[in-house]
Amino acid sequence: MPALRIADRTFDSRLVIGTGGFRNHEVMAEAVEASGAEMATVAMRRVGPSGPGSLVEVLEGCGCSILPNTAGCFTARDAVSTARLAREALETDWVKLEVIGDDKTLLPDAVELLDAAETLVADGFTVLPYTNDDPVLARRLEDVGCAAVMPLGSPIGSGMGIANPYNLRLIVEAARVPVILDAGIGTASDAALAMEAGCDGVLLASAISRAKDPPAMARAMRLAVEAGRLAREAGRIPRRHYAEASSPVEGVAELT
Amino acid sequence: MPRIVLNGERTTLPEGATAADAVRASGADGEARGVAVALDGEVVPRGEWRSTPLTDGGVVEVLTAVQGG
Repeated sequence: MPALRIADRTFDSRLVIGTGGFRNHEVMAEAVEASGAEMATVAMRRVGPSGPGSLVEVLEGCGCSILPNTAGCFTARDAVSTARLAREALETDWVKLEVIGDDKTLLPDAVELLDAAETLVADGFTVLPYTNDDPVLARRLEDVGCAAVMPLGSPIGSGMGIANPYNLRLIVEAARVPVILDAGIGTASDAALAMEAGCDGVLLASAISRAKDPPAMARAMRLAVEAGRLAREAGRIPRRHYAEASSPVEGVAELT
Repeated sequence: MPRIVLNGERTTLPEGATAADAVRASGADGEARGVAVALDGEVVPRGEWRSTPLTDGGVVEVLTAVQGG
């Protein structure tokens, strides 16, 4: 399967894993390994009572590069500051840009998102924005120089899958940068559908981390992403309203 | 003695304290990768922690990578 290329890097895996929601680092590491992901997201937070853990080391030990996010930011200003802190802390200029509008839906704030994306691109970041399933906004993000667009399937952690496959198709058709479906995946078939719809990759966290058996679900997601991509490239048969016999219609015996 | 706000908590640090002292006071392992400091909303590069003095009213955030996203 051809590699996924984002900016100047290539990935054999088209699954990007979010690290939120795992019970502990051991389960997380097992799931990350099983997922085959080569890039994992982290969030930036105040140093807690326990001090900084070995999260980054654990992920790098799994062969993952680190993709810091700006989760929890409601304004472009906060997101830009968080991205700059992440760059300083983690020595990467890649960022999963999230600027949300409210706590209840965690839907992106389009105006703040575009503003932050433009600022960060100008500051030398490789920006992967978590965005609405809005083809126009996706185009605007691409126009300001984002390295990929990451439309949501449905709200973060909702597990509702791809709520608007029509919009997703429009985004995929128009995009000249990779499209990574981000958020809303509930189970393996959702991930396969995203890839069959032409997405270049899938980013998910909760579907694995909050599953009953995270490592098993991680393997399911890995296979689903691969299967969906292969099916997309193989070219599915058209849908039709009536049957089309697969056995020859000539030469049928007359037995009565 | 600079009275600052460190990760949301009012804190008084010794006279002459720098950003490096704030990192230590936050509980972070300053030597470890994955720690970043903002003073009044601006990033203080790691190489400048020891030479960045803190003054009264300074707002310091010491952040690290956690599971998320």
